[in-house]
Amino acid sequence: MAKDEYREFRLVGTRPDRPDGLDKVTGRARYGADMTAPGMLWGAVVRSPHAHARIVKIDTSKAEALEGVKAVVTRADLPTGLTGEDWDLQENTLAGERALYDGHAVAAVAATSALIAQEAARLVEVDYEVLPHVTDVDAAMAPDAPVIREGAADPTVPEGMHPNVVKYFAFDHGDVEAGFAQADLVMERTYKTEATHQGYIEPHACLGQLGSDGKGEMWVCTQGQWFIRRMCAAVVGIEAAQLRVTPSEIGGGFGGKTTIFMEPLSLALSRKAGGRPVKIVMSRSEVLRATGPTASASMDVKIGMKKDGTITAGKATFRMQGGAFPGAPVDMALYCAFAPYKMPAVECEGFDVLANRPKCAAYRAPGSPMGAFAVESLLDEMCRKLGIDPMDMRMKNAVREGDRAAYGPKFGSIGLVEVLEATRAHPNLSIPLGLNQGRGIASGYWFNHGGETSVSMAISEDGTAQVSVGTPDIGGSRASIALMTAETLGIPYEDVRVNVVETGALGVNEPTHGSRATFASGKAAVEAAQHAIKEMCRRAAAEWGIEPEAVEWVDGAAQPAGPNAGKFPPMTIAEIAGKMGSTGGPISGHHESVPGGVGESFGCHVVDVEVDPETGGVKILRYLVVQDAGRAIHPSYVEGQYQGGAAQGIGWALNEGYIYGEDGRLQNPVFLDYRVPVASDLPMIDTVIVEVPNPGHPYGVRGVGETGITPPLPAIANAIQAATGARLTELPMNPPRVLAAIKAAKAG
Amino acid sequence: MSKIHVTTKVNGDPVEFLADPRETLLDCLRDRLGLTGSKEGCGTGDCGACSVILDGRLVCSCLVLGVEAQGKAVETIEGMAQGEDLHPLQRKFIEHAALQCGFCTPGILVAAKALLETNPDPTETEVRYWLAGNLCRCTGYDKIIRAVMDAAAELRGEAA
Ligand code: FES
Ligand code: FES
Repeated sequence: MAKDEYREFRLVGTRPDRPDGLDKVTGRARYGADMTAPGMLWGAVVRSPHAHARIVKIDTSKAEALEGVKAVVTRADLPTGLTGEDWDLQENTLAGERALYDGHAVAAVAATSALIAQEAARLVEVDYEVLPHVTDVDAAMAPDAPVIREGAADPTVPEGMHPNVVKYFAFDHGDVEAGFAQADLVMERTYKTEATHQGYIEPHACLGQLGSDGKGEMWVCTQGQWFIRRMCAAVVGIEAAQLRVTPSEIGGGFGGKTTIFMEPLSLALSRKAGGRPVKIVMSRSEVLRATGPTASASMDVKIGMKKDGTITAGKATFRMQGGAFPGAPVDMALYCAFAPYKMPAVECEGFDVLANRPKCAAYRAPGSPMGAFAVESLLDEMCRKLGIDPMDMRMKNAVREGDRAAYGPKFGSIGLVEVLEATRAHPNLSIPLGLNQGRGIASGYWFNHGGETSVSMAISEDGTAQVSVGTPDIGGSRASIALMTAETLGIPYEDVRVNVVETGALGVNEPTHGSRATFASGKAAVEAAQHAIKEMCRRAAAEWGIEPEAVEWVDGAAQPAGPNAGKFPPMTIAEIAGKMGSTGGPISGHHESVPGGVGESFGCHVVDVEVDPETGGVKILRYLVVQDAGRAIHPSYVEGQYQGGAAQGIGWALNEGYIYGEDGRLQNPVFLDYRVPVASDLPMIDTVIVEVPNPGHPYGVRGVGETGITPPLPAIANAIQAATGARLTELPMNPPRVLAAIKAAKAG
Repeated sequence: MSKIHVTTKVNGDPVEFLADPRETLLDCLRDRLGLTGSKEGCGTGDCGACSVILDGRLVCSCLVLGVEAQGKAVETIEGMAQGEDLHPLQRKFIEHAALQCGFCTPGILVAAKALLETNPDPTETEVRYWLAGNLCRCTGYDKIIRAVMDAAAELRGEAA
């Protein structure tokens, strides 16, 4: 049944206006760069123009002499002795002995105006000794590649590998060779994907203040204020609890705002400038050069398949560079790559490799799109060779509840089969195609995530409710959490206000990442509301002189139940709240946990393209996203996640990609050259919300944010082959590449 | 560099400010006048988050100097609603869930209003091409296009 046609709940599944809508359509909503403070200074960052260089000397005297300059910081102003991830964060915040990529910060200044700060940044003189660099993942593993950091490898790395390989990762089960021997067709290919950027339209911005007493405050656009707090505190050497971090409204993140970049610099500058607040706003080119894009990947995949489409075995070797620090999501990529399929045997290994590029950050289902590009592309080609319908093949091999996932654990309740059935039933699949047009199908997967969660809810004197959550609202989570809270309390949606609060107001929360906000904060808000309900029932029982167990909560009121039913009129939440001062004080509820019961989400996309045989340009004619939401709390924002994920995947497939020159410098650090999809590139994006409720969530939520970016990469490659006969194995599939592939296919 | 005194009109109100000749109109709106509804997404004319109307023309305020506003009239997102009454585009954006993070929203609303003032009955393709200079990274544009088409219908007096 389509959404909106049935109603299991009073509010869950409806589409009310979001609570922050008015602020956002009037320009009132305050984002990272919109805050000012008395005595505020402006910061600017000095960045390396070299991909790899020894920092011989930094002379700040001219900058310091400029009128209006209040502080200049270099690495010498940060504490020493950090280790592990903290050291990586500090080194990425401000280079130590060497600049490791084009755009790596080497110094920062604070001045009385933005223009003076920029001028002062230009006056900081840095002597560099340029070193050999490497930006490609395969080149970075080659024997003659320059070493980016000696001793960075962890113990997992086998003997004899290049020092740039910093992590090795492998898993397997079943007999892969026997599987290949049983197959009627075994195919093997190598795929490459380029790094892309999350491309949130709001550049990073913060306003930080730190006194000599070690107490500080920060206003910042982030997906996670506690992550900012912990990381900044470590990098500048203060106690975490002394830093109060308030999240602004956030102009998109997609994983890229779960870590720190220039935020600690505002604190270090402020401390040096006598505690005056310092605002730093990145330019777009700083965002592209020096924040956290995805990894780039080079992947070998081998699959065996029987004539009837049964997959017998799969083998994958993935190599990824995630910049000059460990952290490429090669493990996630391998976990997700075969996830939609029953795999009798798999063998996977992955290499996390350093290169002279910015430290990668998470980007929507980190790793999953790359893995899917390789595996879903190869499966499609094999179906083509064997003359099998790709939907039939997907259905035949689909994982179901109780099946063992390719990466190990047994799946609980999952909705892949329902997703595939809904895809097959969609009218888009029977629309006839014309000349140079082709249809492509691909599946995608993401685990979803629970994470540390702390929520507090309080009943106001008039019986309305406020919920404090620690997960910044990027795509409507305040609406979905208000819906679930109101549903649970039995009060109108409008009677609940959800606030995203600062670090001082709650226990530690992980960021809005891993598709967790509506799942985890929502689950915690429901638990908190249930606590409050229990307390309100207790107070009604005390007034009526009956046992609390003899009271139930119905439609926002306590009422006597069982043998007492009907003895007293229901006592509404407003009545109970109105006298809370004399019945025991404030009524509230809390919930702190790392919620289990996370529900995985599968999706399937169908795309129709038209390829211009003269130019190699690919036009998206039609696009369909089918995905299991568990349950859509606010269907409009679920659709929005599906559509937004698909659009980002389309960009990754067709246009987006980091282009490094011979000199190791990023050649496309502006939106004109790093071209994300615009309105005229895309058609409407059709969506089907499949609902196989997650038993681990009170309303069945799975988390919907990430899966949607995964299938577009292979689906479009599959559609291009259907349209032209040419198979592309490297992203982006921009016009020159498509044209070359068409020519090569024709030449046979 | 010495500053220049600028007198202009913003959303119908006379205003004056001192601008460094290097400052953009966007900088002046945001940092001199406190009108932070216009956003900077790129500073190079590629994202449209800074869209304003300057003497009746849709411009990227990051590509206009603050001093160029002298004697002109500027309309920003802050002037779009009439008191409590939202412009139909603003209402339709909320109704259609045409925003997620909302960072692109002010620029898109200003640009869409300029479209509907010149073309009250645009096709979907016309809306898509008109808004091609306004990047949205969250929505995939689907709900934005629907909201603009629906607002256009309402402004034409057609019931949705
Ligand atoms: S900020 Fe002006 S176009 Fe992007
Ligand atoms: S809603 Fe986030 S950029 Fe458009």
